[in-house]
Amino acid sequence: MGQIILQDVTKQFGTVEVIKPLDLDIQDGEFVVFVGPSGCGKSTLLRLIAGLEDVTSGTILIDGQDATLTPPAKRRLAMVFQSYALYPHMSVAKNIAFPLRMAGLPRAEIDKKVKAAAATLNLTDYLDRRPGQLSGGQRQRVAIGRAIVREPAAFLFDEPLSNLDAALRVNMRLEISELHNQLQTTMIYVTHDQVEAMTMADKIVVLSAGRIEQVGSPLELYRAPKNTFVAGFIGSPKMNFIDGRDAQEAGAAQIGIRPEHLRLSMEEGKWSGLVTVSEHLGSDTFLHVNVDGVGTLTARSDGEFGVRHGDRVHLTPIEERIHRFDADGKAI
Amino acid sequence: MARAIPTRQKIVMSVIAWAIAFLIFFPILWTILTSFKTEAEAVATPPSFLFFDWTLENYVTVQERSNYFRHFMNSVIISLGSTVAGLVIAIPAAWSMAFVPAKRTKDILMWMLSTKMLPAVGVLIPIYLIFRDTGLLDTRLGLVIVLTMINLPIIVWMLFTYFREIPGDILEAARMDGATLRSEILYVLVPMAVPGIASTLLLNIILAWNEAFWTLNLTAARSAPLTAFIASYSSPEGLFYAKLSAASTMAIAPILILGWFSQKQLVRGLTFGAVK
Repeated sequence: MGQIILQDVTKQFGTVEVIKPLDLDIQDGEFVVFVGPSGCGKSTLLRLIAGLEDVTSGTILIDGQDATLTPPAKRRLAMVFQSYALYPHMSVAKNIAFPLRMAGLPRAEIDKKVKAAAATLNLTDYLDRRPGQLSGGQRQRVAIGRAIVREPAAFLFDEPLSNLDAALRVNMRLEISELHNQLQTTMIYVTHDQVEAMTMADKIVVLSAGRIEQVGSPLELYRAPKNTFVAGFIGSPKMNFIDGRDAQEAGAAQIGIRPEHLRLSMEEGKWSGLVTVSEHLGSDTFLHVNVDGVGTLTARSDGEFGVRHGDRVHLTPIEERIHRFDADGKAI
Repeated sequence: MARAIPTRQKIVMSVIAWAIAFLIFFPILWTILTSFKTEAEAVATPPSFLFFDWTLENYVTVQERSNYFRHFMNSVIISLGSTVAGLVIAIPAAWSMAFVPAKRTKDILMWMLSTKMLPAVGVLIPIYLIFRDTGLLDTRLGLVIVLTMINLPIIVWMLFTYFREIPGDILEAARMDGATLRSEILYVLVPMAVPGIASTLLLNIILAWNEAFWTLNLTAARSAPLTAFIASYSSPEGLFYAKLSAASTMAIAPILILGWFSQKQLVRGLTFGAVK
């Protein structure tokens, strides 16, 4: 079991309120991603759940039990840190065995579990090595190994892939998703990378300035963002925001349109402008177009779209994909 | 890129360094040489440097007159005892200062260190009276207590500097892994800080070994360490330089040897955290 409920939780550091009163339900087996820009409080929220920071007010329930004052060791949660936080003086085997040793398990059982975890994570050949002799990806796997042997109620990941290079990040992302499918244990994952959030999560919690902006499945957030912050944060490249006459015509203070929802044409369209930058990725083409009277818009086209800097193109938004926002930035 | 230093400059700098080192070491060398002279040669003018009749007579006399081994054992017990006691107290203290700092942690550290600036003689009488009334005068336990307290600020400060270099994440990981505070300190913090703890231990042994003020004032015969053994050769009947030198050489030899073999560790300990 791994149900985690936060009720009216707040956190202050001195006089600064880093987590404003918030409620959150995380169901057993869910993969929840906390996402938001730097300093939004996502890591603090994770540390509150872990027990590494004390809440200023509010309640944290783990499997129905009030765990607000429970020390981290007793919460049955395992955490994977951004810095891996491996014990440098211990071998891989001893690192993985550490939580079991602390739990007082018999040696034979510890050995069995360490071997099983090492096999799952392809670490069998490295069991005798020290963390310093491993690559970043291997270290991260050891950190995950140390978490899984405990069979925790939930896993907490604090930006675990930030220190890895791009290619390895994609691999590890898949491995963590596979691990979740395999274990079906609750996972809470903190990242500032919305691509990680979109690809891994069952449920995304978007945070900004210590407040939850929206909670929902990746596609819910993509299709129906509640405000301009979520609309701008979820989706890559970022949503285009347009105000002025075009927004008024749509009955809003501001409208938003995703780059993939702008039809590109060389002949005609609602807006026309000059290409400032064209990015050709092969599978997609991203164009940054300086539209007369509107500003710079980003548009995406499938495959190759043969234009270059300075060419004139026409853009037409797909009507039903236009997001409308009021003067406060809330979705209409 | 490091700036290349011309060879001539290197030679000049080396010569200056050796000259300074020799100047610092000279009193010790002179003491050692004097210990092999007769009393007459020890006070002769002009003094002879290497060309005199080498003799072991002073060492024999010193050994006959006083029990070197007993003083040596007292020194070992007092310096080791006070160092171990200091570490046991200082490790948790430095842990809390490094990992759970409060608003006034820095002030507390400065205050602790400031007690080292206090002239020891200022507290001699109260401590003497307390020791007299509690029966701690002239006991090894009494000296262990005093030297632990005297050197505690330095031990805490050194360990704090080491611990601060250890990423807090690792200790938090241990906490998440189910470690109690005791296991966290014992299985994670201490093994990671072994180099730091080792140099703190070495430095403190040396400080305690050389401590003269308290050892001379709070001991008489039973628990007197090597410092008192040396002092006993500066008697009212007059100074016997050769014998005094022999006693001094015997007293400093063990710590000199320890210092020589652990100099790498000591230098690292004293410069830790200075560059990073």
